[in-house]
Amino acid sequence: MSYIIQNPGIVWGLLLEHIIITGSSLLIAIAIAFPFGVLVADKPRLATPVLGFLGILYTIPSIALMILLLPIVGLGRQAIIVTLVVYAQVILVRNIIAGLRAVDPVILEAAHGMGMNSWQRLWQIQLPQALPVILAGVRIAAIVDIAIATIGAKFGAGGLGELLFQGIAQAGRYDKIWAGALSVAALALIVNWSLLALERAFDTTRRIRRSERRQLAIKKG
Amino acid sequence: MGETLLRAYEYATDHQEEFLRALGEHLLLVGLALGIATLICVPLGIVTSRSRAVAATVINIFNSLRVVPSLAILFLAIPYFGLSLTSAWIALTILALPPILINTDTAFRTINPAIKEVAYGMGMTGQQRLWRVEAPLALPVIIAGIRTATVEVIASATLAAFIGSGGLGIYVTRGFALYDNAILLVGAVPVALLALLAEMVMSRLQRAVQPPA
Repeated sequence: MSYIIQNPGIVWGLLLEHIIITGSSLLIAIAIAFPFGVLVADKPRLATPVLGFLGILYTIPSIALMILLLPIVGLGRQAIIVTLVVYAQVILVRNIIAGLRAVDPVILEAAHGMGMNSWQRLWQIQLPQALPVILAGVRIAAIVDIAIATIGAKFGAGGLGELLFQGIAQAGRYDKIWAGALSVAALALIVNWSLLALERAFDTTRRIRRSERRQLAIKKG
Repeated sequence: MGETLLRAYEYATDHQEEFLRALGEHLLLVGLALGIATLICVPLGIVTSRSRAVAATVINIFNSLRVVPSLAILFLAIPYFGLSLTSAWIALTILALPPILINTDTAFRTINPAIKEVAYGMGMTGQQRLWRVEAPLALPVIIAGIRTATVEVIASATLAAFIGSGGLGIYVTRGFALYDNAILLVGAVPVALLALLAEMVMSRLQRAVQPPA
């Protein structure tokens, strides 16, 4: 804690780096996963092998994947961003597919009957319904990326992992270990909570239940 | 890439004895952490699944623990236990706890209450219901939790070399120290294969214990 109070500038700078690395990876990952997931979701013959392949990539420990990618992408921030995009991809695509598939086919048929075309059904029915599950994917991907970015410091990506690795490289600098661990844990917990709140806000079943309760209260009142 | 892989292979065969020892250490580290975590979390999960109040707090704590990056948990062991094997296995055990606890809790909580009532109606005692009815139904979900924990701990045990645990991660720390990609691969490739193998074996096991529908 003392290190954070004495060097707020350093810790703040590393925190910003950490946020930039994970944030940009997450945005790139979403930009790829979203159209891809939507495209693959209703094609089980394509979805199964894709999910299988992504699952294998996900099982490989992040430090091993970074090392395996090292000859291809090299050291530094870009290399780490590639790894982060890969890991986020798995979680995002899986949740986008699961979310879209969980939409009740009866609702889709009703939409079809109302004369909606497939584009309208996607944007007005499927995506709003799938949003909480998709957001859950974004949350988990963010948490995983924050954790992996910490390891990325060893590969020259910067970020809060720097403090951790400096703390063990310089004997007795437990204050740096504490500073790094506390700030990265705080970042992960805050991101988790905020995205969890967002997930709940977009949960339609919850919203319906809430408004039903409200109407009931009005009637009773 | 191909040439570096070849050099990595040569390095591993040249240092065969050390490599096998590192592999053994790695497996021991993973096995120990998983064993202890399972011994703690399965009974604890059964307790939390039976009480809403205990579950809410315990599960919340473990869920938060899960969000904290593993590297932070590993390194935080150093101020207390130094750069040592003890640090590594305490941290690895802590990392293995959340998935096992959360899955055990869910497994016992989601058992159809009608089934439990039938067992009760048949005159089974609490112990009998637990061992003969609930445990077999919960087992696949518990194993799924252990599977998640296994893959995570295999990965984290590699990072544990940074805090002096030994295991396959020594090639990662050495590779970084010597700026040698080949040595890095001597750590990375076996660890990746180990994780994939563990995932495969555990998902087989999970399917094997699945009670017939």
